[in-house]
This record gives sequence, C-alpha cells and structure tokens, in this order.
Amino acid sequence: MNKTVNPKDLTSDDHNGPLYAAQKKVYPQSVSGTFRRIKWSLMAVCLGVYYFLPFVRWNRGISAPSQAVLIDLPNSRFYFFFIELWPQEVYYFTGLLIVAAVVLFLMNSVGGRIWCGYLCPQTVWTDLFYAVERLVEGDRRERMKKDKSSDPLKLERISEIVLKHSIWLMIAWWTGGAWVLYFNDAPTLVKELVTFQGPMIAYVWIGILTATTYLLAGYMREQVCTYMCPWPRIQAALTDEWALNVTYRYDRGEKRTSVKKAAELRALGEQVGDCVDCYQCVAVCPTGIDIRNGPQMECIQCGLCIDACDNVMTKIGRPKRLIGYDNDINIQRRQEGKAPIYRIVRPRTIGYSAIIAAIGGFMIYTLATRSLLDVNVLHDRNPVAVKLSDGSIRNAYTVRLLNKSGYDRIIAIDANGPANATIHVIGVDSVTPDRPMIVIPRDSTSELRLLVTAPAENNPEKSVPVRFHVTDIGLGEVASATDNFVSP
Amino acid sequence: MTDHHSDIDSVSGKSTTGHEWDGIKELNTPLPRWWVISFYITIVWAVAYWIVYPAWPLISSNTTGMFGYSSRADVAVELANLEKIRGDKMVALGAASLADIEKDPALLALARAKGKTVFGDNCAPCHGSGAAGAKGYPNLNDDDWLWGGTLDQIMQTIQFGARSGHAKTHEGQMLAFGKDGVLKGDEIVTVANYVRSLAGLPIRNGFDAAKGEKIFAENCVACHGDGGKGNPEMGAPNLTDKIWLYGSDEASLIETISQGRAGVMPAWEGRLDPATIKAMAVYVHSLGGGK
Ligand code: SF4
Ligand code: SF4
Repeated sequence: MNKTVNPKDLTSDDHNGPLYAAQKKVYPQSVSGTFRRIKWSLMAVCLGVYYFLPFVRWNRGISAPSQAVLIDLPNSRFYFFFIELWPQEVYYFTGLLIVAAVVLFLMNSVGGRIWCGYLCPQTVWTDLFYAVERLVEGDRRERMKKDKSSDPLKLERISEIVLKHSIWLMIAWWTGGAWVLYFNDAPTLVKELVTFQGPMIAYVWIGILTATTYLLAGYMREQVCTYMCPWPRIQAALTDEWALNVTYRYDRGEKRTSVKKAAELRALGEQVGDCVDCYQCVAVCPTGIDIRNGPQMECIQCGLCIDACDNVMTKIGRPKRLIGYDNDINIQRRQEGKAPIYRIVRPRTIGYSAIIAAIGGFMIYTLATRSLLDVNVLHDRNPVAVKLSDGSIRNAYTVRLLNKSGYDRIIAIDANGPANATIHVIGVDSVTPDRPMIVIPRDSTSELRLLVTAPAENNPEKSVPVRFHVTDIGLGEVASATDNFVSP
Repeated sequence: MTDHHSDIDSVSGKSTTGHEWDGIKELNTPLPRWWVISFYITIVWAVAYWIVYPAWPLISSNTTGMFGYSSRADVAVELANLEKIRGDKMVALGAASLADIEKDPALLALARAKGKTVFGDNCAPCHGSGAAGAKGYPNLNDDDWLWGGTLDQIMQTIQFGARSGHAKTHEGQMLAFGKDGVLKGDEIVTVANYVRSLAGLPIRNGFDAAKGEKIFAENCVACHGDGGKGNPEMGAPNLTDKIWLYGSDEASLIETISQGRAGVMPAWEGRLDPATIKAMAVYVHSLGGGK
C-alpha cells in the first residue's frame, strides 16, 4: 500500500481527491504450513466450543436447570458449570472483562495481534467462509478468472454460486442458532424451533445473527478489521519495540533478486537478498497487503505469509523464516552484525501478568469462599427511632435474606445490640423468645421487617452498633451484617 | 491553508488533498465506498423515520406520523396490563382476613408495598412520609393508639376517620374547659400539674395534689378513666405514658385543657377501595406499633 507513486501515474481522480474507494476484492490463495495448521486447530476448537457448549449438561438437582452454561434472563441467573451467579454479583463479569482486556494487552506485547490473527470471531468465520469459497469455486487464480470472465453464466457456474451461498447461509444460520441456545434449555429449544413452536424472539435473534454472520464473513471481511474495528488502533498504542510481530526481515530479504540471478551473483561471491519477489506472501494474504512494505494497520498477523514464504524458501534451498515473528530492534542488530535478542519477559509483560494474576486470583478467592446464605440490612430512615409509651426505644430495619442454595432453609435471626433488647419480625411469631425463625425457599430472597426494642432504663446514648446474625439451623451456616441502633 | 494543488507526499507516497497547514499536508485517504453508502442509507432512514413516526414539533402540537404512533398510548397499554396482573393479587388480598394477610409472607409483602404507596399519596401530608407524625398528628410507628392499635381497630379508623362527619366515624373530643368556663384559671393550672404527676413528670412547687385529684375526678375521669389510663372507645389518650400528642410541658397542658382538642382524621371509605384500605391497615399495623 505504501508504494511510491510517480505523480505522472496519477489519474485525474486522484488529483480531484476521490471521495470514496471501492473495496478491492481479495482472493487469498490456499497455503499449508505451521501457521495454517495452528489456525485450523484453533478454528476447530473455537467453533466446536461455540456450537456444542449449550448441549453440555450439568446436574444441579431438581429445581435448577441442567445446562452447563446458561444465561437465564427471565429468572436473572447465570449458570456456568458449578457456578451460579445472581444479578447483584455482576461484578464477577466486570472482573472477567478486566482480565480479558489485560490478557489482550499481554498477548499484544508478546506476539502482536495474536487475537486478530487466530482467535477473533471475525477472523475465524471469515477463514471458514474462504475455505468454503475455495472448495466450491476453486483457488485464487480460478476464482479471479471466473469473476473477471464476461462469458454468459453457464449452469455449472450458477450452481457453484448457489452452492457457495447456501453453505454460507447454513453456517450463518447455525451461528445464530447456537447463540439463542445459550439463553434457553438447548435440547428443548431445538425441538421447539424445528417444530416452529419456538418463541418469536429466538427466531428474530437467529435471523439477526444469520444476517450479520453472512454479511461480515462473506462480504465485509477485511473491511471490518480495517475500517470498523477499534482494536487495530488500540493495539498500535499498546505495542512497544520488543513486541514480536509478523515482520518481513528486510535485512535478509533485500535486495530482491530472481532465483536465477541470485544463484549467479552468489557464485560470484556477492551479497544478495533472499526475497525472490514471487509475490506468494501477497497472494495468500487475507487482507490483500504486501508485508514487505513494513508493519501496516491492515495486517491482522495471521501468519499465513510466513507459511507461504517458508514454502518458497524450502523450494529454493534457503533458510526458512524470511518472514517471521520479529521486531525492528533485531533487524537492526543483525544489520550491525550482532545476535538478535528476544525479551518476552520484561517490565511490561511482567506488569500485565501480575495484574491478571491479582485480579484473577482475587476473583477465584471470592468465588470459592462466597457464601450461599447472605443478609443485607437497611435501617429505617424515617423515623430513625420511635419512642414507645413506656419510654423504651424501637428501631426498625428492612432485612433481606438471600438463599442462593438449591435447598430450602430454616433461618434463625439474632441481633446483638443494646443490652436487654428484644427483636421481633413482623408476621412471625417466635417459638424461641427473641429468635425469630423463618423459612426461605431455595434460590430466592425474602424481605422482612425487623424491630429491635431497647428498654427505657438502658437506652444507649446516641447510637450503638447492632450485629445481625442469621443462622441456618439445619446446616449451621451463618451470615451477618452490622447496622446501628439509634436513640432520638 | 495555502495551496489547493494536490501532490504526492514524499514519505508515504500517497496523494494529498492539497490542504496544507504550516507545511503539514493532509493525506488523501478516501472512505470505503460501502461506508459512504451506509451513510446515505442512514440519511434516508432518518427521513423515513420523520414520515412514519411523530417527529417534528409544530407550534402547538407535533407531526403525528403515518400510523399515529404514540409512546403515551404504549404506556397506557402497559399500565392496563399491570392493573390486570395486579388485579388478581388484589382480589386475593381483598378475600383474605387481616390476620391471615400478616401471616402469609407473599400477601404481607404485597400489602406493605401497596400500603406504602397509598400511604405516601394520601396520609403522608399529615402523618409524614415515614408515619412519624407531628404535633397533633399521631406517630403511627409507636404503640400508643388513640382509637386502638389492633388490625381491626386501625382498619376501622382508616375507613371512617375521626370526627370526619361520616356516620360511623369516631366521635368524642377534648372539651375546652377554660374557654367554656367550666374551670377557672388556677383550677386548670392545678389539674395540669396533677396530670403531670400521673405521668411521673416534675410538678410545680406548692401544688395542691388533693385539689388536683378532686378536679380530675369531677371533670376528666369520665373519658380518661380512673388514674388517667385513657379509653380508646372515646379516643381519650392514656395520660400516664410517655407519649404526648400535643406536648407534656405545663404550658401545653394548660392550653389543651383550656382550649380543648379535636383533631380530624378523614374517612377513606368510598375514596379508596376496600382491598386498598385493607392493605393500608396492614401496612400501618406492620410499621411496628400494632397490637
Ligand atoms: S481487527 Fe478487529 S475484527 Fe479484525 S481480527 Fe482484529 S479484533 Fe477481529
Ligand atoms: S501480511 Fe501476512 S500476517 Fe499480515 S494479514 Fe497478510 S498474510 Fe496475514
């Protein structure tokens, strides 16, 4: 893209400044090699997880859903294997998002756009759609020829086009279909969907995701990365001189010479570059750029040009990795005759790893020690305190009990506050004096109105702390909360 | 901006737009065509939106759109649906007895939620938003009730009010002993101090207890009862406890005895439906002072 242009070559359009540029259709050629293999495997894993995860079962007892990963919107619950989260625990998602962001930073400072090249859904689905295209219509040259030819369409060509789009649409439709399964019991929903009894909203979402997948992976492709996605811009700000990126090692490649000429010159003992200007790296590139022009925003660092170039180098008997994961520091060092150095472990990567470990560790700790019984207490604000006819003081509290377990609980409530205080829960007759007991059904909350009354003779001065203990009298689990007892 | 001639940037090899600021030239980076097309589509979309939906303000109204859509009508439908859902629950509330409502956590929660909003709309102006009351307006959180604090008594007071003019309202009032000439000034001071002594409050030096007791027996016992314990049948407050609707200092008591007191509580029957009144009775009872 950064080719030097001779002003004489400019068209009048360039001089007037065209308002828009047509999308240049990219015809990436198939390639094989290490990075292609890595990409195939990662694609299989990512798509496999995405399409089949909703069908994985997880036994949670009778009344809870048995789907391993489920976002239960009507009941506001999120299930992930052994974890069940309530809406008020949304901070776990915040933590997860922070960790995910820092993992992206870390990947970036180690190996550049690893996310873009191998893991991003845009890349994975585009790659899959390209594979379908090649399978049906043939490789780069064939497709270019077919697209260019102005012959009237023959039946064979028409059926090719129809076949390609049908397969694309089928994949896209599956993508949307899998999406809705995360929000409902998958086997049930599949049954409902195929018998046209599914909820309207499911069909709508399948439609939306079918359309976006088809459009983004079939048509928009590299345009998404170049023009729509913020990540190329962000990652440019995150990278540093030590980060490894897919790089054309110009120290080794220049000056480009043809195979024959190079052999002749080498025989004469002259310095020649390894690049034979075969354009294989350009042919395989899914974004249609020339990596030899240096680091470019369009490059998603998929590593396919490395494979292409490696194949060429093997063929002409030169060492591999003329294109490889490298950085400018090393190119310069080699030019100065020094050995390259790689600094994966450096303050930046250590810092990112430390943040990931700290937040991740903290989240795991809180998740592991999180209680399935919880209590929140809110003091009445108006009136703060009430004087009773015998002069004693009463404070009222709203107590919210949360039973996050899969079983019903019998809960006893104690309050430790002012001396000789009595407690009473509205609507509950205590069997044991001052120890109201109530039942909270599984997976639910109860809100109670609780009164604490302190006798006249030992009215506390202004405000004393009250500690509320709730005890599951079956299991002995305890949760507590603190508030104040206030006198007028 | 000096020169409008585009040329080629020597570093990037790209053409420039010809715009130049202090020697810095702007590279020509055209937008992708699909982007431009999408942009035009959004403009077309906006125009279509103006036509289909209400959009433009006019002097005293606004354009109504092709189908007369209104978000207000949407809200009305939503509210009607809500009423329907609530309807069933309020029927259950209306059918249950007051005591059963308090025993059933679901009904109690409903009654308290409903009672709280209705209280805020109708009762808070006098009793305060937290029902803490004010001088002359009883605090509904405490355990002192002029007309009784059981669920049924509270419900009755809400239904018919006090001195409200309703046929079944609570009657009875504190007479104006001074204004009506029943008691003379020094007698009022004496009986006021006697009342303070009943409540265990400090009294004036040289106060004649026997005279006070006599005046009290002749004038007050009929309503406030022997020993001043009060009588909820007549709305006569207990004079021996720590709660005073109009104040317990000597001056306030003298004012009460000479001018009389007759606060009014309106009747809510007919203004609120029976289930709502029930919810409110439970709400007030559950504030903590209910008997
Ligand atoms: S540029 Fe954006 S859309 Fe493209 S691969 Fe990277 S993250 Fe994905
Ligand atoms: S230049 Fe190479 S690494 Fe970058 S997108 Fe193209 S093929 Fe992938």
